[in-house]
Amino acid sequence: MSKNAKSPAKNPSALLATPYTIWMIGFIVIPLLMVVYYGMTAKSDGAFTFENIKLIAQPENLRALWLSILLSLISTIICLVIAYPLAMILRNMKFKSNSFIVMIFILPMWMNSLLRTIAWQNILERKGVLNAFLTFLNLPTLNIINTPAAIVLGMVYDFLPFMILPLYNTLAKIDENVINAARDLGANSRQTFMKIIFPLSLPGVISGITMVFVPSLTTFAISNILGGSKVLLIGNVIEQQFQKLNNWNSGSGLSLVLMVFVLISMALVAKYDKGGDSTSVW
Amino acid sequence: MVKLKNFFRKFYLGLVIVFMYAPILVLVVLSFNSSKSRAKWGGFTTKWYSSLFTNDTIMTALKNTLIIALLSALIATVIGTLASVGINHMKKIPRAIMIGITNIPMLNADIVTGISMMLLFLALHYELGFSSVLISHITFNIPYVVLSVLPKLQQTNRSTYEAALDLGASPIYAFFKVIFPDIFPGILSGFLLAFTMSLDDFIITHFTRGATVNTLSTMIYSETRKGVKPEMYALSTLLFLSVLILLVIINRKNAYQAKKKER
Amino acid sequence: MIENKLIDLIHVTKRYGNNTIIDDLNLYIRENEFLTLLGPSGCGKTTTLRIIGGFESPDEGQVIFGGKDITKLPPNERQLNTVFQKYALFTHMTIAENIAFGLKIKKKSKQYINDKIKYALKLVNLDGYENRMPDSLSGGQQQRIAIARAIVNEPKVLLLDEPLGALDLKLRQDMQYELIRLKNELGITFVYVTHDQEEALTMSDTIMVMTQGYIQQIGTPEDIYNEPKNAFVADFIGESNIISGTMIEDKLVNILGCNFPCVDVGFGKNKPVDVVIRPEDIDLVKPEEGLMQGRVTSLIFKGVHYEMEVMANGYEFLVHSTDLSPVGSEVGIKVDPFDIQIMNKPESEDEEAVMPLE
Repeated sequence: MSKNAKSPAKNPSALLATPYTIWMIGFIVIPLLMVVYYGMTAKSDGAFTFENIKLIAQPENLRALWLSILLSLISTIICLVIAYPLAMILRNMKFKSNSFIVMIFILPMWMNSLLRTIAWQNILERKGVLNAFLTFLNLPTLNIINTPAAIVLGMVYDFLPFMILPLYNTLAKIDENVINAARDLGANSRQTFMKIIFPLSLPGVISGITMVFVPSLTTFAISNILGGSKVLLIGNVIEQQFQKLNNWNSGSGLSLVLMVFVLISMALVAKYDKGGDSTSVW
Repeated sequence: MVKLKNFFRKFYLGLVIVFMYAPILVLVVLSFNSSKSRAKWGGFTTKWYSSLFTNDTIMTALKNTLIIALLSALIATVIGTLASVGINHMKKIPRAIMIGITNIPMLNADIVTGISMMLLFLALHYELGFSSVLISHITFNIPYVVLSVLPKLQQTNRSTYEAALDLGASPIYAFFKVIFPDIFPGILSGFLLAFTMSLDDFIITHFTRGATVNTLSTMIYSETRKGVKPEMYALSTLLFLSVLILLVIINRKNAYQAKKKER
Repeated sequence: MIENKLIDLIHVTKRYGNNTIIDDLNLYIRENEFLTLLGPSGCGKTTTLRIIGGFESPDEGQVIFGGKDITKLPPNERQLNTVFQKYALFTHMTIAENIAFGLKIKKKSKQYINDKIKYALKLVNLDGYENRMPDSLSGGQQQRIAIARAIVNEPKVLLLDEPLGALDLKLRQDMQYELIRLKNELGITFVYVTHDQEEALTMSDTIMVMTQGYIQQIGTPEDIYNEPKNAFVADFIGESNIISGTMIEDKLVNILGCNFPCVDVGFGKNKPVDVVIRPEDIDLVKPEEGLMQGRVTSLIFKGVHYEMEVMANGYEFLVHSTDLSPVGSEVGIKVDPFDIQIMNKPESEDEEAVMPLE
């Protein structure tokens, strides 16, 4: 930016980004630096310390982090497994515009996501909709409410669109003739998929994975609603540090640990998604 | 063989759609349940739809939610569109930096974004409330606008803009007459996306709202333990239906325009 | 040329919904032939190629390859390769990986594959490009890689779908010679799709002119150019004067009130016909020496010749000549009997539909 500011006469249009630059520095960069600051200083005297970050090593926090990683990995894999065939199907349906797809998968967001998660309580409860349905079919009932399984289901449900849309976007962009060329050169359907389609869809896969993994890893609402108070995730721990214990320093310290995972995700996206377009969901 | 394949494809698509919409159906059914508890069915009623409008807390939360969503989306659209034009004119390195910063709130965990903004407001002794929520929403909304508008700008043909200048238009006039119509779909979808994201946000609002301001999300969250008021189901059903109708109309119009373009 | 049928399309029909793209097409392709499918966009030429390649299956009819029915065979089991419009290179692979793709699938040895890559790159004049990525190459280079990727598999037939369409004029002309050289070196059959009549005339052994799913004419470039079967072909291949006339008797046609001797027979007496005269076949002479008199209305210098428009008996003739006649001058029009091409008028409405829209 400073480079452009030096020669405004040369490229005055670049100055139009100034309000945005100031805004993002003020409300994104500085606040993040504050998290770093609080995370690395002691609550009592403001002295530099690693104690806040070390809190993660406490058994209950470590257990929460481990469970978070495990559950969010499982839900990310499930999302990928559900979304990939779906995105392929949508691709083969060859819509003229993607508005239909967007409509189907963005529309649920207009029903408040917390409410929809609460609705899953109704479905999953001991005497809920799902079990009534299973009993009707003479099948054994499922009791997964207030278990990690229910949390995984909630994560998959909430974040599935963020896997479907980038996948669909990259798959829809693959030139049909590139696939034809592989077939033409002797590849069967499986080889075509493994050598051509999947590698070309990798940017979408990566951005889908991060867009599901990061919010799953850090959620506290889903675990609160579907896990009862029995299952504690790292998000719940951090939330409690701020809202119940009012300890900014320890909360920030634990957030910094989370940031490590976020940074890894961002680096992955930066590496694979050079066009930057697979993150645009609309 | 091909038919069977097609059947499986449609079946699978249908299955995912059922998964996506099952909870919504449950909520719609609950909005007509005369029993206050969501655990049992007490018969059909529309009373929640009428009592909804006399429930002040819900109405205030709705008003807050809508105003914040609308204002934050509008402001984000203006700042984001200007920023996109600016970024589009930048050289490679500043451009990469800007896009990197734009990606931060998109990829960062909402809980970290929320906490960081709360820390900023508290450190500045800025009282948490309506305006702090609004600022936070603008912040996470701008990237959606930028990421919708920037690709459209890159697609626009630079020579039409230059042609307009050549024909005597001022840069600003040329922008609004030539570039703007081209990128308008991107601006519109950026706005709608921002509006949707703001409407559905819970985590960031949760940390920046203070004790006084409630949006629908935070209100629902505070009620999860003691049970959500049935009016909330009614309100969500109404909101959902109005958007559904709106989207169908837009889609029809777009399809119609696309058809016209083909000719 | 070896008179050996390699590919035979029999009664091939393809529809999309109510749209018939190809209607009962019969065509055979001989071994070692350079066949060009020529026609305006949407005429069915690309669909025909895709049916041969196996990317579309015909609704009716058969595709025979070397005596075997391959109508239902998927593309990966056909002994032919395609060079696609816009190249369709695998952008996530290096040039060497692109070229090796088909060979690796056939499980060839490493040594064999490396030799083939070297040979193919040499053949398309791109030695040393093994480790580049497709995106870093120019359009013309990408095109050569697409060809190299196809020919290392030693197909019996190479299908080319407007391969030069995205290149600029100079490069296109260079690549035309390159392709002819390649074909001669490889000694295989080329089936080539284009809408560029000059490209077709330059490169082909045989040209098939198509429009609206029908074959209009099949023949050598000379046949197609000199003896177009109908007004569509005449108009599509090169510039021409197409005039309504009346066949007075054998070897005499009346055009715009003047009688012209010609060589065509068998049209009957006083039969309405279409007459085609190529612009370069019209001789401008002194008014009294011509069969018809007119006045020059425009003159453009075109480099190799002058292009003139001559108004005569209510028709504006297009004339190419190396001799200049100034605008406004009175001239006589003379045409050698061999250069007058007589064609039947289209009879049914269906045929009317294939007339050029002008």
